[in-house]
Amino acid sequence: MTSQTTIHLTINGHDHSLEIEPRVTLLDALRDRLDLTGTKKGCDQGQCGACTVHVDGERVLACLTLAAQVEGRAITTIEGLAQEDGTLHVVQAAFLQQDAFQCGYCTPGQIMSAVACIREGHAGSDEEIREYMAGNLCRCGAYPHIVAAVRQAALEVAS
Amino acid sequence: MRDFSYLRATSPDAAREAAALPGAMLLAGGTTLIDLAKCGVAEPEALVDISHLKGLDTIEVGEHGASLGALAKMSQVAGHDGIKSQFPAVSEALWQAASAQIRNMASIGGNLMQRTRCPYFRDPANFSACNKREPGSGCSAIGGVTRGHAVLGTGGACIAMYPGDLAVALVAFDAAVHLGERQLPVDDFFLLPGSTPDKEHAIRPGEMITAISIPASAAARRSTYLKVRDRQSYEFAAASAAVGIELEADGRTIRDLRVALGGVATKPWRAWAVEEALRGKVLEEDAVRRASLLAVEGAVDHGANHYKIELAPRVVARAILKTGAIA
Repeated sequence: MTSQTTIHLTINGHDHSLEIEPRVTLLDALRDRLDLTGTKKGCDQGQCGACTVHVDGERVLACLTLAAQVEGRAITTIEGLAQEDGTLHVVQAAFLQQDAFQCGYCTPGQIMSAVACIREGHAGSDEEIREYMAGNLCRCGAYPHIVAAVRQAALEVAS
Repeated sequence: MRDFSYLRATSPDAAREAAALPGAMLLAGGTTLIDLAKCGVAEPEALVDISHLKGLDTIEVGEHGASLGALAKMSQVAGHDGIKSQFPAVSEALWQAASAQIRNMASIGGNLMQRTRCPYFRDPANFSACNKREPGSGCSAIGGVTRGHAVLGTGGACIAMYPGDLAVALVAFDAAVHLGERQLPVDDFFLLPGSTPDKEHAIRPGEMITAISIPASAAARRSTYLKVRDRQSYEFAAASAAVGIELEADGRTIRDLRVALGGVATKPWRAWAVEEALRGKVLEEDAVRRASLLAVEGAVDHGANHYKIELAPRVVARAILKTGAIA
């Protein structure tokens, strides 16, 4: 049973129309159909957070979201964070300054999660940052620098 | 993942009707269903998406209790001021569950429908025997690796643990599940595996969870959810306890006590014997520790999960002492 359906997605402010099977996840639609490969596929089972994107401003997992389910919602990926002129988002800049990664594979998901974590008001202390960033795993173990980057960005956002 | 058709429901009635067709399932947050479809455990032919329905996500807290719309997100309920002040154990159970991303996706109704994390249940490609998946096929967990399996409410057909946190708090405070017109105590909504472990919930075809209600109580206002696990966050419970206490005017005699366990049983587990043993007694550590042993009366281990029988009473005692503020 293969059934194609046409869906319309709004990603980083741009409208896209694509023909997909209903079972296609948002993650696969982003990476394989729209060439937005900044969103990473780690476990593909909702356990690692590498595929974190924002839907209507809330962080969610693209691997457990059907593309068809988010038709009509505003989707933001890592490609949509920096300004048009290339100026980095404050969280992206903080990750660079704090050297908050090694291999970089989990980094887009970490950054998307961190942007939302700060916006939610869950970056008030290192303990709170660790708790509310727990859904993003880092195999390299760059956690201390990730916490430092989120702390720095949270302070910059607040000022 | 097998292909399926996708329908966006326009009303609760339309959703119920479409989901009652053979092979159809309701889709809300998708954190359980899409995951299980990828594992090959769920094989829906049609998904009926209810996540866009209006009016089913309201959270109301008043003097008589709380009403949680089935489509309210875990994160919304966890962060709701009225829930935090009137039902702290409910808020704590929610924010200690899953991750921030999953809590933003998962609905409250869907949370009650989440399935066990038993690795044998989740891996049909490698383990064909699972009475929960395929009634009569056997249980791969019995005699297998059992560290995460239940010690209470088990039987010869299934030892899979109920993995959730929210429902543990709901059971402690006598919450009810609303299925349209019909409503059931949450305790009755979850079924023991018995000889039919494939049937986990007392929901009938064509029914949909519309809301959860929790009656107000002094015990719920003074409550805690204590979750002990292998890592500090983003992990299922090794053992957990939802506890609520109401003290007499003397500030030391227990008038009302609620205790429910997570991470140790095949369903959210109300520890009635602990409650009865301590009601009317003075809240002091020795009595609490003795009574907490009753939480695991009748427990049966399968080797590697024996630690839960030791751990659960300690978690219960710590939760009671913490909630009573004498720890």
